[in-house]
Amino acid sequence: MKIPPTPGRNPDTAALRFRDPALAADLARAIRRAADGLPSPLALMHVCGSHEQAIARYGLRDMLPPSIDVIMGPGCPVCITDLPEVDEAVALAERGVRVATYGDMVRVPGATKSLADAQAAGARVHPVYSVTQAVDLARETGDEVVFFATGFETTAVATAAVLLEGVPSNFSVLSAHKYVPPAMELVASLPDSAVAGFLAAGHAAVITGWRLFEPLARRHSLPVVVAGFEPLDILAAVLRLVELVRDRAYEVVNMYPRCVSPEGNENAQRQLWEVFTPADGRWRGIAWVPGGNLALRPQWAAVDARNRYDLAGVGEDAVQDDAGECICGPIMIGRATPHDCRLFGGTCTPDHPMGACMVSSEGACRIWHQYGGRPDLSGVPQ
Amino acid sequence: MSRDVPPDAPRQTASPASPGTSGLPPRVSRDAGPLLDERVLLKHGAGGRAMRRLIEGVFAREARPSTDTFVGLDALDDGAAFRMEDGRWLVVTTDTHVVHPVEFPGGDIGRLAIAGTVNDLAMMGVTAPLGLTCGMVVEEGFPVDVLTRVHDSMLATAREAGVAIVTGDTKVMGHGEIDGLVVNTTGLGFTARLVRDRGLRPGDRIIVTGTIGDHGMAIMAARHKLALDGRLRSDVAPLNGLVAAVLDAGGDAVVAMKDPTRGGLASALHEMAGKAGVGVVLVERALPLRPEVSAASELVGIDPLAVANEGKAVIGVRPEAAERVLAALRAHDLGRDAAIVGDAVSEYPGYVILDTGFGRRLVTEPEGELLPRIC
Repeated sequence: MKIPPTPGRNPDTAALRFRDPALAADLARAIRRAADGLPSPLALMHVCGSHEQAIARYGLRDMLPPSIDVIMGPGCPVCITDLPEVDEAVALAERGVRVATYGDMVRVPGATKSLADAQAAGARVHPVYSVTQAVDLARETGDEVVFFATGFETTAVATAAVLLEGVPSNFSVLSAHKYVPPAMELVASLPDSAVAGFLAAGHAAVITGWRLFEPLARRHSLPVVVAGFEPLDILAAVLRLVELVRDRAYEVVNMYPRCVSPEGNENAQRQLWEVFTPADGRWRGIAWVPGGNLALRPQWAAVDARNRYDLAGVGEDAVQDDAGECICGPIMIGRATPHDCRLFGGTCTPDHPMGACMVSSEGACRIWHQYGGRPDLSGVPQ
Repeated sequence: MSRDVPPDAPRQTASPASPGTSGLPPRVSRDAGPLLDERVLLKHGAGGRAMRRLIEGVFAREARPSTDTFVGLDALDDGAAFRMEDGRWLVVTTDTHVVHPVEFPGGDIGRLAIAGTVNDLAMMGVTAPLGLTCGMVVEEGFPVDVLTRVHDSMLATAREAGVAIVTGDTKVMGHGEIDGLVVNTTGLGFTARLVRDRGLRPGDRIIVTGTIGDHGMAIMAARHKLALDGRLRSDVAPLNGLVAAVLDAGGDAVVAMKDPTRGGLASALHEMAGKAGVGVVLVERALPLRPEVSAASELVGIDPLAVANEGKAVIGVRPEAAERVLAALRAHDLGRDAAIVGDAVSEYPGYVILDTGFGRRLVTEPEGELLPRIC
């Protein structure tokens, strides 16, 4: 169907934002050529909710040949925050402490309740946009404020920077920060893993640098391509990844060079590791991930909520299989899609989430729900 | 409640026979999801599936069925219509308005209350309403100067629309018993030709009368005190003059109209597609969108397709009349940014598909209250 561009829309915007449909079509053709003759399906895993958002938002899967299966791995920090961690935050809120956390976290159910439930019963829960807002809250109120710190290395760096700057004595941190590389390692090590290559998250790589992924690529014979978040960033990264798979080149390629360097932001890394240390821990619905958690170092005990408050025993009885039929776990390691879940869209909706993947705007289920999943639209007239 | 989704939408339980629909998501299953909650929640007013359940479960019981000479509640169109003996239709519609803040960039609750009802009438073909009624419920302690400004704004908007407020009612409730100000308006008028929201057939073109998402994004920025672009302004305006121009130019070729208020263009098109049993393919690059709305929506993660418009219409037109209607729209002050944005197709009945310029994806029906992304 022929529809002329609307007057008043600036055609340059699309180009400036790496959203040129003509270039995208060229990339899609190149991907088709590169994938020709490769095994089908070819599973390429990304590990970032923002990648899934962009892929779904722009309908990029519709441009790829049917043999290429871009799947989402453990890329939603809210989703993998463990039940006992939520329970700890709920317990603190119920004891009268002000709990500040990122908005998506508020509705995530713990073993029996969410922070939102605690709030409805009178607890003081504050959704914040940044850790600095939580510190401001402590300064302004003078009350005990716990920042329930969730997210990957990207937000962990912000937490670290704030602590290094100095915080008021009524402020502490309940760390549920996670570190992505060990989870990629875990997915790659699964004995029946079908993943042929990784798209690494560009914004995390801004901090860690792309060299970080070299041992993973070598150890598991898996190419890794660092990708940005605009449609052309993603398509160009998929093309490079397919070429690397085709050429059996198990290396790391940086396709986001306007932001990512080999060594990353070394100042941020210094701050991160000055405050945090890798710890083993459970990722909700996935597994025990060696080195997957970021715990506060002992010298930060004074601002560690787990040290300041008695949380012994909280969340210990939490049953991991919290939602019965919910298959968040398999979805988060790329073994299932939301469409494989009996609850998706019926019993489980953003209004009535049964699992964390439907709560968070970074979760695969929430994103698929928002953009209609991955239907076969081949019958739509062009 | 006149803007909800039909109880008889064919997409709900039908298994579409067209090719390639097998992979469509299960979320559109009518019976899926929890039954009506025990208490009314905010989402029941948000214009989505929850609201449809509330209407069907409570309000539309025992509704007088629609006939050839009567359009009633069961049709869930923009209003009710009675066929007169002279062949004309008498259309009645009512709308209750609450908005926070009461005064917002580009308008206020008074302008909204007049435009909302004038527009609901216009969407059914009534472009010269006989009159409007106005009922107000005011909270004790509400400032009289704000009330005066709101009413001045109602009068000005009514003059703009060429309609008079012919009767009214005022109630005051105790402090805390309601929140600020609630305004109800009811409107009525005659039309020789009733335009429904279910008239689409494959091949028809979809026109929007201007930029989308302006009202919703302006309200969101004001309500959540997001420090966004100061140019975000509501588009709230009475559309009866614009619709008169459309009907003059297009005549019988104008087959469906809807004002994409709550739930935005996404909800309006779902309703139109569902009621007509057609699919709708939207072309994203054709959608008129102000740069500031586009920027704000990316920042807060809210789709401009899903937020309210209060001064726009989406119109289904037979293909041969589309250019003529478009020219008439663009000649009008309120339609300068009008654009053909898509087509009705026989495939995927009840679904709205977006061609992003990269690939195609479904547009889903918005559900629940839209909140800015925080994380």
